[in-house]
Amino acid sequence: MQKTFVRIENLTKRYGEVEALRDISLDIKQGELFGIIGPDGAGKTTLMRILVTLILPDSGEAAINGREVVKDWKYLRKHIGYMPGTFSLYEDLTIEENLHFFATIFGTTKEENYDLIKEIYEHIEPFKDRKAGQLSGGMKQKLALSCALIHRPDFLVLDEPTTGIDAVSRVELWEMLGKLKDEGLTILVSTPYMDEAELCDRVAFLQDGVITEVNAPDTIKKEFDQPLYAMNSKDNYELLMGLRKMDMVRSAFLFGENIHVVTNHSYGEEELQKAVLEEAGIRANIRPIHAGIEDCFMSRMMD
Amino acid sequence: MKVLLSLIKKEFYHIIRDKRSLLILVGMPIVQVVLFGFAISNEIHEAPIAVVAPNKSQKVLRLLERIEVSSYFHIVRFLESGGQLDEVFKEGEIKLVLLIDKDFSRDLGQRKTAKLQVIADATDPNTATTLTGYIEAITNRFAREGFSPLPVGKQMPPLIDINVKMQYNPSLRSVFLFVPGIITVILLLISAMMISITLAREKEKGNMEILLVSPLNPVVIVLGKVLPYVILALVNGWSILLLGVWLFGVPIRGDLVLIFGEMLLFVLTALSLGLFISTKVQTQQAALMISLIGLMLPTIILSGFIFPIESMPLPLQFISHLIPAKWFLIILRAIMLKGATLHYVVKETIILGIICLVLLGLAVKNFKTRLE
Repeated sequence: MQKTFVRIENLTKRYGEVEALRDISLDIKQGELFGIIGPDGAGKTTLMRILVTLILPDSGEAAINGREVVKDWKYLRKHIGYMPGTFSLYEDLTIEENLHFFATIFGTTKEENYDLIKEIYEHIEPFKDRKAGQLSGGMKQKLALSCALIHRPDFLVLDEPTTGIDAVSRVELWEMLGKLKDEGLTILVSTPYMDEAELCDRVAFLQDGVITEVNAPDTIKKEFDQPLYAMNSKDNYELLMGLRKMDMVRSAFLFGENIHVVTNHSYGEEELQKAVLEEAGIRANIRPIHAGIEDCFMSRMMD
Repeated sequence: MKVLLSLIKKEFYHIIRDKRSLLILVGMPIVQVVLFGFAISNEIHEAPIAVVAPNKSQKVLRLLERIEVSSYFHIVRFLESGGQLDEVFKEGEIKLVLLIDKDFSRDLGQRKTAKLQVIADATDPNTATTLTGYIEAITNRFAREGFSPLPVGKQMPPLIDINVKMQYNPSLRSVFLFVPGIITVILLLISAMMISITLAREKEKGNMEILLVSPLNPVVIVLGKVLPYVILALVNGWSILLLGVWLFGVPIRGDLVLIFGEMLLFVLTALSLGLFISTKVQTQQAALMISLIGLMLPTIILSGFIFPIESMPLPLQFISHLIPAKWFLIILRAIMLKGATLHYVVKETIILGIICLVLLGLAVKNFKTRLE
């Protein structure tokens, strides 16, 4: 059993009437790549900002490697790498100037910790004299990640690093996070994309300021105990509308080519096909499937 | 120290690469000096005038000669009679007509009151007031010189209404008074406005989020912001001063070191004000609005830059005491124009120092080490 690196206990944060976080408790183990999945406005950014000492919780406690986020903020700021949700580097400075600047304010140099960022920085080095504001979304994130890592932090916090960047850059970024994890870094990453949950060691599902589930992605998938079918027809939209009117259907969502349907009981394929034809008037291809991580979260959001 | 230098370097990159702020920083002092210096200048050179002199006696010619060589006036026409006046003014070239009584020489010789009428085109009251003032001075001196104390009559016809109030407007006096005023406004603008905007920009763009997460001491963050603008403001202050000296011959009668010291104090006060504003706002736009409306206008209007504080109603006079620019303007004018030493401006300096400390204290107290 790895030792607990981040300990969060009964954390609550209120903005006026709105409760952004409600009594959150969470443990993150040393060397873990931990994901927080949740829709926009769930409280992901608030939780991260409390952990990186940027805002104060109303009640509850949080400690990173035994250091309290409220009391030991000065110490923690030296040892945390943080990448905010919006691009926060200087857009009118070049890639290299940004990196040197952040290295200096963290009391280090680019050369000193170059081995840690080498692989990431090499992607953008050919453009090092280009201003950060003129970079593509993916390159911006790589630069921001380099800057967040330049002082060799123990704990890396990334707020929605894959939002707004292309699919290739997303894959690359997750590969980089995997490698950083192998270096021994503890990483907390948030994302609104449920499919990215599978790339984490463990994930917490955050909704309306409450954590509804914390587990490894595989465990979450295994624990899914509702009957699930993939369906498609010539007109998937018509089928989706039809399915949602049926009593036996608990939920139906479009997942790429197929509609994933959760029913209230387990049915045979032919039995289901007949019911869809009778009630919605559509001939559909139907097969039972195992739940993906997205199915689990969608079903959790419905509860 | 290395960190501070890096912050300052970064700030200069921002300033140089942002065309807008660069334009404000470099262009504004020049534009302001030229605008205030030339446009509102009341210096008169070779103003075209006309003369009605039915009897061109020797004394009359000597008076006219005196007027002509003064460099303020140029006699372009002689009119037959005063009846042509209206027509001449409507043509627009002639700004002033001098009517010399036909008995001017005789009366002057007999030590009676010699009559001279000056009619000015008062559609531009500022120029009219200045012109008549000059004519009056020249004729008075002329009368005194040759003929011992002799009054020379001069009256205005009622059809010309010279705006007497304008005479007390300091803007009619001299460009000299404006240069200290422009320095004051520019220093305040660059210091307070630019620093509040630049700090608000870091908040708005999210840069502050990373700066705060770094182990930087907030004092260092603030210093890294303030120092570049201290340097810029001082450079600008001195450029205006030099422009004033070269373009308009504004005198600097006092000690340069004293001016430098007072300027530094005022810049620090203005920067503290800007810092304080930036702790209260979240966006560049809000910072700009508050600096412009909350600082610029009161500074221009209530500092004594354009309108004398003595003629304001009491409540406004009281408010003007709280405006740092007012005290700096008094100090700067005293040093530059009167050659005052520190001894004479010590009260104003102390007041400015207190305002500076209070604002700085408020700014530091309000500067947050966190996002909220």
